[in-house]
Amino acid sequence: MKFKSLAIFLIISSFFLTCILSIWKIMATLQGLSFNNLNITTIFLIGILLSLAFVLIGNKINHLIKIFLLSFIFSILYFYSNEASPYWYIFGVFLISLLFTNKLKKYSMQSLKEDFISEKVIFDFITFFGIVFFAFVILFPFYIMLVTSFKTQIALLVNPLDFSLDITKSLAELFKSYFVIFETYNFGRYILISSAVSIGTVIVTLLFAIPAAYAVARLNFFGKNFLSTSILIIYMFPAIVLVIPLYTVFSQLGLRNSIFGLLIVYTATTLPVAIYMLQGYFKSIPKEIEDAGIMDGQNWFGIILKIIIPLSLPAIASVALYVFMIAWNEFLFSLMFLDSPKSFTLSRAIQYLSGDAETPRQYLMAGSVIVTLPVLFIFIYFEKYLVSGLTAGSVKE
Amino acid sequence: MSDSLSKLEKRTAYTLVLPAVLLVFAIVLFPIFANVWISFKDIELKDIRIPEPRAKKIVKSISENQSELKIIYKLRNSSLIQEIRNVQFQDKFPTNVSPINLDPRCNFQSKKVVCNFGNWQAKFRENFEITIQNNNGEIIDKKIIKSQKPILSGKADNPLLTTNFTLENFKKVFYENNFVELLLTTFYFTFFGTVGAIIFGILAAQLVNQNMQGRIYMRGILLFPYVGPVVALAYTWTLLLDPNSGTLNALLVNFNIIEQPINLLGQKYITISILGFEFKLRLALTTVIFFEIWRYFPLVFLFVLARLQAIPQSLYEAAEVDGASPIQKFIHITLPQITAIISILFMIRFIWNFNKFEDIFLLTGGASGTRTLPINVYQQGFAVSDIGMGSAVSIVIVMLLLSFMVIYFRLIGKRANEV
Repeated sequence: MKFKSLAIFLIISSFFLTCILSIWKIMATLQGLSFNNLNITTIFLIGILLSLAFVLIGNKINHLIKIFLLSFIFSILYFYSNEASPYWYIFGVFLISLLFTNKLKKYSMQSLKEDFISEKVIFDFITFFGIVFFAFVILFPFYIMLVTSFKTQIALLVNPLDFSLDITKSLAELFKSYFVIFETYNFGRYILISSAVSIGTVIVTLLFAIPAAYAVARLNFFGKNFLSTSILIIYMFPAIVLVIPLYTVFSQLGLRNSIFGLLIVYTATTLPVAIYMLQGYFKSIPKEIEDAGIMDGQNWFGIILKIIIPLSLPAIASVALYVFMIAWNEFLFSLMFLDSPKSFTLSRAIQYLSGDAETPRQYLMAGSVIVTLPVLFIFIYFEKYLVSGLTAGSVKE
Repeated sequence: MSDSLSKLEKRTAYTLVLPAVLLVFAIVLFPIFANVWISFKDIELKDIRIPEPRAKKIVKSISENQSELKIIYKLRNSSLIQEIRNVQFQDKFPTNVSPINLDPRCNFQSKKVVCNFGNWQAKFRENFEITIQNNNGEIIDKKIIKSQKPILSGKADNPLLTTNFTLENFKKVFYENNFVELLLTTFYFTFFGTVGAIIFGILAAQLVNQNMQGRIYMRGILLFPYVGPVVALAYTWTLLLDPNSGTLNALLVNFNIIEQPINLLGQKYITISILGFEFKLRLALTTVIFFEIWRYFPLVFLFVLARLQAIPQSLYEAAEVDGASPIQKFIHITLPQITAIISILFMIRFIWNFNKFEDIFLLTGGASGTRTLPINVYQQGFAVSDIGMGSAVSIVIVMLLLSFMVIYFRLIGKRANEV
């Protein structure tokens, strides 16, 4: 029994160490180091030795000294069993093994006798390294996007795995792709159009949604229940089934290729979510405050303007940011309605750029970085508001 | 008193709600019904403009002294399929200028030539000429004549509003469109995309929930794919997966994991042999599904994490005392607490994946076996330019969606309030 849990412990811990070191090796390869072998078996075996040494030593020496000693030995073994590698890489290996051995702290020959220890070991390691894994999988494409935009066409062709940034180059050379897409491909204009459409959508949506949400939350009228259920159903309906009729009607009305047309469509498609999110918040405002307003002789307009809006600023902010992101990221309608480069939004412009097979990929990625950065900045900065917005507007994207 | 108050309340409510309702009706609900109409019509992209009479004016000198000019109007019907009825033509001329030998369809009064051209067939074209002269024999300024644009008017049916219907589109959808494969691909994509996103979402939520220190940061990072613009993300993935110079293939070849680069987005099938059995996997479709999972598991993660954080810690402590293993804790405590939210997320994601257009369009354009129903709407409507057919496919989507929703509200609609 004890042997079994020890074996499971060794295998699991070493497996995760191998995974992390492989990720490290991949990242190093992308910095231009030429590794040709992941050496999984070797690392796995040394990893088992490391874990075994750790539990065998137990509490005989100070934990800190122990992990430094073991990591040092591990790094040396790693160095000799692997391809030639620079010292910074080995230093990284040393740090990873430090982290790893520190993680092993709670395990000893004693603790391996506990109930369900093998399950606990698995859960423990999955929790820790699973997060590293998820973070890697999520961030890797973003990393590739960013570094590709700084490379040149030739460098990418010579070694498609070398994503290291040449810091000796001047800034102008490093940001060359960005200069090109602004000068040759007119991205300044697209940024302006995208911002205008998105901000316009936010303003118009709020203008329509706040009164409607207030009525749904507070007033009694015939058809209210029908309205609130149909809001839910409407935003289940996909943009793709709206496209053909809207396209034909917009063509006849001359609304294609116009920012105004896009604005109407974005507003209408985000309104249900906005109303749904806002009315939920309005309901949570105590009714007594409004009654006081009515006593003071305020009409509905005054109540909304002077009581409801100031009290629900956080909710309005989250709706605004959420609508902004939907409008900024929107692609389908801009693909359908905009054919003239004069009225492209950023997303449509990037798609147009990619239509030409000759367009170097670093330009495409520079464009992608430009369209992604504002959204990510807004998201990171206002995460708290946005997460509540996302949870409330759950189904819209 | 209270009666008039409630009347006032109602009136206010309608004033507040109406603008939003009207807008949503015009842009969201109206098109859904309009689809039904269009789907029964034989109509193509080039037919959707309302036919209008057009004229191009060319001015030519015919005499030395330029006191006479010939004006040629190139008249045409803008439509190739529809006639324009009762076409009226009007052009203005400066003082002292009058036409000679005017066409019998026209007459000249108060400096205007007014013509009645009758009906124009589809594709109608005519070169119509007027010769003008200055009554005093002076030079006529060509520029002034040129700058005056003729006004044309005529009656034509809006091709969208005519009442000739056909069932042809639906016949084509079901019989000539590989409908069964289309449906299977759509369901394959939808089902695995949804299930994958839910599994990864639960896993990520479970992990992040265990790990106290980095929870806020991890929550932010994990949501990146969900909030990022689809265009940027799809092209980054295309670049990553490219067979010739993509990073993933280059890495795999570099570490000798594969011998030849794999065209993950351009190859319909890949044969995998496991234990001597050979499987044919829909490669491009699977890759697209992975992209889908990558992009949408964060949503599941977010909701499940919120739910997990609401589970009282005392439940786990009690289980600990009873000697439950981690797996038992997950199955008997965590899972029952999240089934409600999972069932709702399943349906929501299912419906949204079913409608997914952008992701597939940007990654493969619907090639290599990734043609789903929404992609087909686009292909029929805009690539083949058959608007009627595209609408018919839209109708099929709407019908399927409605049936999903009925199932949804029957099965788990009641639970929605519990979450």
